[in-house]
Amino acid sequence: MYAQALDQKDKGPKVVEDPEKLARFEARCAADEKIEPKDWMPEAYRRTLVRQVSQHAHSEVIGMQPEGNWVTRAPSLKRKAVLISKIQDEAGHGLYLYSAAETLGVSREELTDALLSGKAKYSSIFNYPTLTWADMGTIGWLVDGAAIMNQIPLCRCSYGPYARAMIRICKEESFHQRQGYEIMLTLARGTPEQMAMAQDALNRWWWPCLMMFGPPDAISEHSSDSMRWKIKRFSNDDLRQKFIDATVPQGHFLGLTFPDPALKFNEETKHWEIGPIDWDEFKRVLAGDGVCNRQRMRVRRQTEADGAWVREAARAHAKKRAARQALQAAE
Amino acid sequence: MSEEPMPLYEVFIRPKAGLSHKHVGSLHAIDDTMALHMARDVYTRRAEGVSIWVVRSNLIAASDPVDKDMLFEPSVSKIYRHPTFYEVPEEVGHM
Repeated sequence: MYAQALDQKDKGPKVVEDPEKLARFEARCAADEKIEPKDWMPEAYRRTLVRQVSQHAHSEVIGMQPEGNWVTRAPSLKRKAVLISKIQDEAGHGLYLYSAAETLGVSREELTDALLSGKAKYSSIFNYPTLTWADMGTIGWLVDGAAIMNQIPLCRCSYGPYARAMIRICKEESFHQRQGYEIMLTLARGTPEQMAMAQDALNRWWWPCLMMFGPPDAISEHSSDSMRWKIKRFSNDDLRQKFIDATVPQGHFLGLTFPDPALKFNEETKHWEIGPIDWDEFKRVLAGDGVCNRQRMRVRRQTEADGAWVREAARAHAKKRAARQALQAAE
Repeated sequence: MSEEPMPLYEVFIRPKAGLSHKHVGSLHAIDDTMALHMARDVYTRRAEGVSIWVVRSNLIAASDPVDKDMLFEPSVSKIYRHPTFYEVPEEVGHM
């Protein structure tokens, strides 16, 4: 989904690869073989994956903030337990993905630094605020729904550790989406005020969710490398369309309307067609000018700084124990 | 006369490209290279896999089975972590 990095070309320094090894690597990709950490791989493949997998990891971690906003105000103990559970899952997803990225020869510290310094990006969607409880429903239903669309093909990604992490994540995302839809269903069956709250959340989140799939194919700058290397298997527009077709009937079932007067079902193609997406907004948010970009980064940096004493204490404790053991061994 | 014992290694085999390595057993060897060779001879005689990992057994930290209830109880009581806990009407279809 969080895989908007797919649309960035590899801009690292050109590396002249051994033509024989490169040919063998390309043949393995073409044959749908999995590439594992110790296998030879071209530098551009490695860099593309480090960028994508780490951006994915950062998104999971930053994604805890919009939901964390509602933990203390969840409407019941049950909803609160569920929300905490979901946020816990996001932290786990971040960990699986950071670990997968580290198998490519980059350290956790480098990845964290890239996020904190603003060098690395995370999904644009998490720069929108969560204003009401209905946003928790909408995030589960739409944001996680879009993530699943994007992530299912990644389970077959050519890079083994990433593909296996995605399989685990997809299994867990199913709970996220269903709990979100259930919140929406509860609101839709509730009072007129609750229904209005659900509608307002859909109005605010619909377009940003469609942007999660990245720029339209026509202007997307992604290289054909990602497709040939079986990192990416569907185009942005194809995935977006799949998401729209799956989601619109779900919204109508809730009795909600989509904030798009141009939305209509094409009887011939059997697809839902949408009006134009505001790509300027997308670019603005990615560039750092969304409603919450500054807040998200500030909180992330503060969290990292606040946790420093815990890491320091763990290191001091390990040192003390090692010294004590060495002393005992000497006696 | 008693010889110096050889270290114990745990052996993991990747059964098929794309799958994770799975623990298959252990063996004694004097170093990593010997452990790999022996793992190949002992554990992959019938096309069991495509890749081998060996790791010194004493480097593995493990949970105590006695703590099983304490460690894994939440996965039973927190049923809301499973997708089936949530009601999605049949008309909405698969989610």
